Amino acid sequence: MTHGKEHPAYLAHHFSEVEQQQESAKLGMWIFLLTEVLLFGGLFCFYTIYRAWNPDMFYNAHKFLNVELGALNTVVLISSSVTMALAIRSMQLNDRKKTIWFLVITLACAAIFLVVKYFEYSHKFHLGQLPGKFYTFTGVQGNNPHIFFSVYFTMTGLHGIHVLAGMVAISWVLYRTVKNNFSAQYYTPIEMTGLYWHLVDLIWIFLFPLLYLIG
Amino acid sequence: MSENIALARNYLNTPRGLKSWLLTLDHKRIGVLYLIAIMASFFLGGVFALLIRWELLNPGRDIMGPDTYNQVFTLHGAIMIFLFIIPSIPAALGNFVLPQMLGAKDVAFPRLNLASWYIYLFGALFAVYSMFSSAVDTGWTFYTPYSTETTTSVISMTMGAFILGFSSIFTGLNFIVTIHKLRAPGMTWRQLPLFVWALYATAIIQVLATPVLGITLLLLVLERVFGIGIFDPAMGGDPVLYQHFFWFYSHPAVYIMILPGMGIISELIAVFAHRKIFGYNAIAFSSLAIAFISFLVWGHHMFVSGQSPLAAMIFSFLTFLVGIPSGIKVFNWLATLYKGSISFATPMLYALSFLFLFTIGGLTGIFLGALATDVHLHDTYFVVAHFHYVMMGGTVMAFLGGIHYWWPKIWGRMYSEFWAKIAAVLVFIGFNVTFFTQFILGTKGMPRRYYNYLDQYQPLHAFSSIGSWILGLGFVVMLVYLLHSIYRGRPAGSNPWGALTLEWTNSSPPPPENFDEAPVLTHGPYDYDKVLVEEGSPARA
Repeated sequence: MTHGKEHPAYLAHHFSEVEQQQESAKLGMWIFLLTEVLLFGGLFCFYTIYRAWNPDMFYNAHKFLNVELGALNTVVLISSSVTMALAIRSMQLNDRKKTIWFLVITLACAAIFLVVKYFEYSHKFHLGQLPGKFYTFTGVQGNNPHIFFSVYFTMTGLHGIHVLAGMVAISWVLYRTVKNNFSAQYYTPIEMTGLYWHLVDLIWIFLFPLLYLIG
Repeated sequence: MSENIALARNYLNTPRGLKSWLLTLDHKRIGVLYLIAIMASFFLGGVFALLIRWELLNPGRDIMGPDTYNQVFTLHGAIMIFLFIIPSIPAALGNFVLPQMLGAKDVAFPRLNLASWYIYLFGALFAVYSMFSSAVDTGWTFYTPYSTETTTSVISMTMGAFILGFSSIFTGLNFIVTIHKLRAPGMTWRQLPLFVWALYATAIIQVLATPVLGITLLLLVLERVFGIGIFDPAMGGDPVLYQHFFWFYSHPAVYIMILPGMGIISELIAVFAHRKIFGYNAIAFSSLAIAFISFLVWGHHMFVSGQSPLAAMIFSFLTFLVGIPSGIKVFNWLATLYKGSISFATPMLYALSFLFLFTIGGLTGIFLGALATDVHLHDTYFVVAHFHYVMMGGTVMAFLGGIHYWWPKIWGRMYSEFWAKIAAVLVFIGFNVTFFTQFILGTKGMPRRYYNYLDQYQPLHAFSSIGSWILGLGFVVMLVYLLHSIYRGRPAGSNPWGALTLEWTNSSPPPPENFDEAPVLTHGPYDYDKVLVEEGSPARA
């Protein structure tokens, strides 16, 4: 096959230009994010239906969530979104060292988020505020309070798995940045990881008020 | 054209070796890998179908007990839906043809494409595990509360379907990006072959609907393992909510199955009538219209599940709407045939079968969409016959038509036209004997999924079972001549049907890069009025 222009190593054989490859990656990533929104959409639907059926129980049960820790985690995740964006910006300016630092900070924020989540979870395990048939707590007024904790653990649990997946992705682009794979001309994987990470943050930004700030 | 295909450099022999196939990034090879996996699933699902019909030959026990029977019809449904029909046309034929039709060298994300095949195998492994551990007996719909209580292995089958969903999403995502970004220079949207339009509409549904099935099945697993209570009325949950979640995916999924079939029919009708397709825009946009409406009709599966009468009326009305774009397609195909010079090659036989059978399947869908009629026919063999006319009479006929149409492109060799016609006739007759009978059984009140039945239904059941044997025989004949043709068929030449789409301008089988030189678009995909084309040679403008 003849190609009119130069074909850099990072340009796959079936694309004719870097721009075409980059746009394809972006479009693909946005479609993937759409599927993620729909995946969580099912859970938001789950939440809406059971809250509409049990408004008082949801209100009473949500008081047992720790708003301070939830707020802390919100700040942590939003900060990590900023550092992720800065990591991409630095690579656009060809500043590899800064990119590495920003990625490390992003990764650290993600870890802090999960540690905080671990303390929240273990406290609830301890009290027996568990989903469904494992629920043994007696302090919540209203019908079927276990449903609230089913909603809480399903939504934050699936989100937590996404945070973990995001950490894997960030570690991978960090490794590749250290290996000097990227430049101001080619940084698509960092950008894609960034898009994914922003979505993970965004979902939390919806989860926080819906679960912690009822009423 | 080279007489000795084995020596010519093509995607099948370059590079060589099993490893080069298992690690291939070539969309054509991945298409062939999918074809093999999908046909294996079809065989397995077909064996279960024959077992069902054998058991139903007489009332009472023929070959298996009632519990086994429940497992067999569940496995037939789950395998045919998740492992065969959903990936069938897009992942096998679509993968092979789409980039070639666009004049591209590959799909946008070749590694993701290969990954989707391995994910498919991984999901299939779960399904097979479920079969051998203690096969699931809930029906392919996994309705709660039974699916949370039965002792059979529901979790492995639902996890299998969950994983297969990823494979389907990745194929859809890949196709959307490929169609947007990798069209040959100068190829506008209005010059896309209609099969591409159909794959595009399908991909949109795959991407938007499949995640909802994913979360539904995940919730079902959580319900079974942790008893989260969401679908359990004893714990304040709602089993009907499961049905809403399930059909929000599974009704659009019906269009994931039929739309690519409609795309193939558009190609076949134009090519074998040697006539410019009638109503190109109408066919292209009706695919998108079907994709759109498909998301709004799920409630018609739940007319007797206790949803509100108002919701049922709205869903009934929206269901009727689907008839409009489907009807538009059928009439445009008929108009294309009018005054065409029709050749009755095997792919065309399947296309014509499709027109008959899909129309019957579609119209009976309208009967079932009508509220009062549905209450009478719900959960009878009428429903079974209806969706088999759409799925098998529609999608499978189109798939078989597509396989016979692109077979010479895939392998570079022709199958025996004589035996192919015999198989096509056997399949058509066998299908109608099997399933038309079931319309009658349904109107007489035979409920679906029942192991036993009253003596009065016996003659019709037996007739239907005989049909299934004719159908099976047709497929055996097909298997033999298709496999034979791969090794012994005569060389096909680059364009045996005189078609105008780009995949017929390269050699058969195509070179690894698809095209020796970047293709230049000189005419539209159906410009039979402008281009002189002889069968057996590439088109000349």
